[in-house]
Amino acid sequence: MLEKTQFSMLLFGLDKSMRMAAAKYPAYREKLGEMNVVLQFKLRDNSQGRVFTFANGKLNSKSGIHADPDVVISFEEAATAVRLFKPGRSMLDFISAAKAFQVETLGSDEQVCWVSGIINLLFHLNVDYGVDVGNGVRRYTNTTNGGPVFVYVKDDKIIRITPMDFEEEDADPWVVSARGKKFSPPKKATASPYALAWKSMIYSKDRLLYPMKRVDFDPDGERNPQNRGISGYERISWEEALDLVVKEIKRAKQKHGPGAILNGSGSHHTWGALGYWLSARPRFFNTIGFTPVVHNPDSWEGWYWGASHHWGQTARNGGGETYNTVEDCLKHCELIVFWSSDPEATSGVYGAGDGTIRRQWMEELGIKVVHIDPYYNHTAALFPGKWLAPRPGTDSAMILALAYVWITEDLYDKEYVANRTVGFEKWKEHVLGEDDGIPKTPEWQEGETGVPAKDVRALAREWGTKKTYLNSGGIIGFGGACRTATGTDWARGMVYLMGMQGLGKPGVNMGGLQQGTPVDTRFFFPGYSEGGFSGDLDGTAAAVNMYQRMPNLMTRNTSQQAVPRLKIPEAIMDGKCEGYPTNPMTIEGQFFKFGFPAPGHSPITMYYKYGGSHMGTMCDTNRYANMYRTQSLECVVNQAIWFEGETKFADIILPACTNFERWDIGEHANCGGYIQHSFTQSNHRIAVMQHKCIEPLGESKSDFQIFLELSKRLGIANLFSEGNTEYEWCKRYFDATDLPNAISWKKFIKKGYYVIPPLPENRRDPVSYRWFYEGRQKDTPELTPLPGDYTDGFRKGLQTQSGKIEFESSSLKRFDPDDPERLPVFKYRQSWEGPNTTELFEKYPLQMISPHPKFTFHTMGDGKDSVINDIKDHRVLVGDRYYWIARINTVDAEARGIEANDLIELYNDRGSVVCAAQVSERVRPGTIHSYESCAVYEPVGKPGVTTDLGGCINILTPSRMMVEKSHAMAGNSCLIEVCKWNKEERV
Amino acid sequence: MKERYFIIDVARCWDCNNCFIACHDEHEGNNWPGYTLAQPRHGHRWIDVRRRERGQYPLIDVAYRPTPCMHCKDAPCVKASGGAISRREDGIVLIDPEKSMGKKELVASCPYGVIFWNEEQNVPQKCTMCAHLLDDGWEQPRCAQACFAGALKAVSLEEEELQRMIAAEGLEQLHPEKGTKPNVYYKNLHRFDKEFISGSAAVKHDDVVDCAQGVQVKLYRADEMIGECLTDAFGDFRFDGLPRNSGEYRVELQPEGSSSQSVHADLASSINLGTIIL
Repeated sequence: MLEKTQFSMLLFGLDKSMRMAAAKYPAYREKLGEMNVVLQFKLRDNSQGRVFTFANGKLNSKSGIHADPDVVISFEEAATAVRLFKPGRSMLDFISAAKAFQVETLGSDEQVCWVSGIINLLFHLNVDYGVDVGNGVRRYTNTTNGGPVFVYVKDDKIIRITPMDFEEEDADPWVVSARGKKFSPPKKATASPYALAWKSMIYSKDRLLYPMKRVDFDPDGERNPQNRGISGYERISWEEALDLVVKEIKRAKQKHGPGAILNGSGSHHTWGALGYWLSARPRFFNTIGFTPVVHNPDSWEGWYWGASHHWGQTARNGGGETYNTVEDCLKHCELIVFWSSDPEATSGVYGAGDGTIRRQWMEELGIKVVHIDPYYNHTAALFPGKWLAPRPGTDSAMILALAYVWITEDLYDKEYVANRTVGFEKWKEHVLGEDDGIPKTPEWQEGETGVPAKDVRALAREWGTKKTYLNSGGIIGFGGACRTATGTDWARGMVYLMGMQGLGKPGVNMGGLQQGTPVDTRFFFPGYSEGGFSGDLDGTAAAVNMYQRMPNLMTRNTSQQAVPRLKIPEAIMDGKCEGYPTNPMTIEGQFFKFGFPAPGHSPITMYYKYGGSHMGTMCDTNRYANMYRTQSLECVVNQAIWFEGETKFADIILPACTNFERWDIGEHANCGGYIQHSFTQSNHRIAVMQHKCIEPLGESKSDFQIFLELSKRLGIANLFSEGNTEYEWCKRYFDATDLPNAISWKKFIKKGYYVIPPLPENRRDPVSYRWFYEGRQKDTPELTPLPGDYTDGFRKGLQTQSGKIEFESSSLKRFDPDDPERLPVFKYRQSWEGPNTTELFEKYPLQMISPHPKFTFHTMGDGKDSVINDIKDHRVLVGDRYYWIARINTVDAEARGIEANDLIELYNDRGSVVCAAQVSERVRPGTIHSYESCAVYEPVGKPGVTTDLGGCINILTPSRMMVEKSHAMAGNSCLIEVCKWNKEERV
Repeated sequence: MKERYFIIDVARCWDCNNCFIACHDEHEGNNWPGYTLAQPRHGHRWIDVRRRERGQYPLIDVAYRPTPCMHCKDAPCVKASGGAISRREDGIVLIDPEKSMGKKELVASCPYGVIFWNEEQNVPQKCTMCAHLLDDGWEQPRCAQACFAGALKAVSLEEEELQRMIAAEGLEQLHPEKGTKPNVYYKNLHRFDKEFISGSAAVKHDDVVDCAQGVQVKLYRADEMIGECLTDAFGDFRFDGLPRNSGEYRVELQPEGSSSQSVHADLASSINLGTIIL
């Protein structure tokens, strides 16, 4: 009875609160005026209730039960209602009650959302956010894939975007003492070039400002798929666009059945835990049922498909852990080998410019460096040392030769090999040539790599006698060499070499000061792959922490069908393909071959693409253009910010806004999941409230809002949003982190950021693998491997069957011991596309490498008429077009009559691309260097067939799997020829 | 009287272009009355990062030189402008957008090529050192604030403080021979405008070639020894800071316990002498 009285009072109080809010706040008054709704609150048995009538902005309420309300919020009992009505209610309680049908909401989605909105809004009216800096300018905060930023706004227009300088009250940075010196980063944040270029990308002429439909796409008549990528667009209203998309979603499901809708994204999107590609998107698509695109681990490839079989680390896609290695490196290391590693150009990943100063300390301490890369990369240019440039795809020969010198000159740690590794003797046989009669001498490797034997012998001696760090890739587990035909071998070899030198010994570890700062890893603020509000326990790392931290409705896809990303064209054009999964759970997860179509599932008839990046990021990408013409692909939707790349192949285009035009929350350089604790790249962990700095441009909407609008039409809005706005989800997310223990919500949204203080020196993380080296239980703060993968007890040993570094892989031995591409012990193999493939090499004598780019994060930064185009090492203006750059050695250029800034055509049997030539000694002769990730695709004629002027050099790269039993791209094994462009289209 | 200077370290610049982008961000679409009109969307490089490659594969060097307006004490543009360009007491040279309207010839008045013509607005434009921000209390102009590599900073110094810094850090002006007295000073400028002679020493025994570490290498100009160094673990040596087109040099390699070997070099631009078997 008491509860009934309380319920009655609460409803009466709600009426009063709404009236007061409307009287005080014009925004609330306006909100109330948006809809006429009769809202019934009641107990399910109709024993109590109150009717709220909203009409023309006025509210009336009275107790009782209405005969025909628009919206009903019904509670099982008064006690439930009272509990759930309290301000500061537990979301866990609310979700639990909803799932037990103790609270139910009935009514149209549109009206229910509105009702949730006016109730929730009562709790955050008159929010004060951002800082007034005078002259009508407010300073907001945001964060990006290239670092956190301040955003200065005047009259709803962004006037500047700067790196963040901290305030006095913000946490002081850590200090590392090494060799009698003290090192500490400046008390401010850094930003990558593509982060600082955001203003020009926001205000870009390529922005999609309203929904569009392809002019010859008639959903009720001729769909003309043959004209995708060719015919133009007409503006349509959001109403039309949303109705059209919803109709197509229903049509695909009703006419064709489960799995007919394919959805995929670029692997990067605008930053923010809620808006990122692993949050709002899977939440929506799980709720409608779809065929997901399975991502190949594109930055890791060789590590995932190769290295993980020797040291585990599957949760990191085969890359290594890197705790507190900055301190260890500065204290003890004498030599750093950067092997296929350019952390300056790639910022590690998302690392802004924080790593640079740490490498300056390296220089100051006199730590020597060696760079192994076919290109004299930007880290080499900034921190010069010996440069060794192997022919692309031959690095594994150099690995064998290094081991040869170490074995024959007794320069490795035999005790470590005996106690911490297994199977060394078998590899040693191969190194010494006892199995094949070929000793893998430095002279032998010279024939493969083109690097003088003497240099490799000198490197082996340096490495074998000095405490050496190996930085393989911009961060451990990346590197262009891992995307060659022999990328698995290279990555496997990196682990072998560390196994010989004693991984974990003081001064002997993985890294190049890009990861492993002593920031606080124990303060919980999740990374994007922890799934935001996706509720997706299968497709994201939500199961690691978010499920218990942020109670929300879990979501699950009902379709069991999937398409491997590198085979999307085959799935659509041929209707069938095969792939292997990216499964970070366990080493054997990658062995489960799957086929498309899945049993009893539909072919793909609708492709709902998020962004337009694949032309510039996948391989043999004319395939992606050609697949759009497939007749059976009935509808293509693209939800994108800019009109570029694949977006131009859609039937319906939905304009999304950037993260500067919506609410979000995030921490840069924090991936979570497959790069757990990746924020150890940062000098300061910075949790950022991503303010909605300006209104969305034109008619663009946030991804959240687009999915919500579609959800309303599909009757799933409550499932998608749980009645919350983006702002409200930010608060729920904030509450899920450790931030509330450190800063109030009010202060956080006002100031916009919180610098997570570093731990005191005596509480810093132990150094990675030191436990392994010393034969102790694992003591680094890593949740993986999963308990079941330990064979000698929890946190004892590595994830491998032996618990040791396995020169002979037990997993490969179990899976397919005779696979010549992946023998249990790695042996030398030549690339399936390279100088040794003589017939092809005669025709196409240049090896092209296409590493991750410097000035664009995947396709985000390039094109878009942004300022990035004016960067001289990014594009070159010739005539009225900014051309992508291909770098060619002086000798090769002279042989072809090519001079600097000439337009040149790069071609092979797969296609042809026009670039501007940069004639340079930075690429080894016989090699072409041109970054991947061009955003612009502009065929001179028919798409998918004719020469591209945009610069998608991925058109030329092979679509063959790195090793047959994988889903791995090998874009850096690519033979081409180059000539001056004669301005004719090559078909 | 304190003046403002740019101090730029060529060895620390790696061509991230944050300076260029931040400058564009500050000025594109923004008029700063009393200082400058907005920068056009494309084409202007108020701070221009210039690239220099030296040497031949595989012994090479790459350096970058950010090049803003030199804010010269004796600025030719000021003289040529008839009052449209002036130098403030703090050393910042500003183009008055109204007075310079239509004066395209001012672009050519700068011997450093850092004045740009804005076709749309019909005015010459250039780096203002973000005077509108410095006057508003900002500590650094946008370019320097965005430079995380520590390659670029703006300082405000008395003449004697400047002289101390020049001496302590080995600062140089760009083309001092032009006589304009720039307020921009460079560190490690040799990486950009000087040349090197490099090579690799090796030894051969029993048909095996090895890098020759610790070999004494001397550089002679005529008969005068002007430099010496030891080869590193890879047998490499380098003599840097030599003038371009400076002609004949002799490199003498003196391995311990065997006879010395000389190599002649005719230096136009930086040269890799290749592998020298001792």
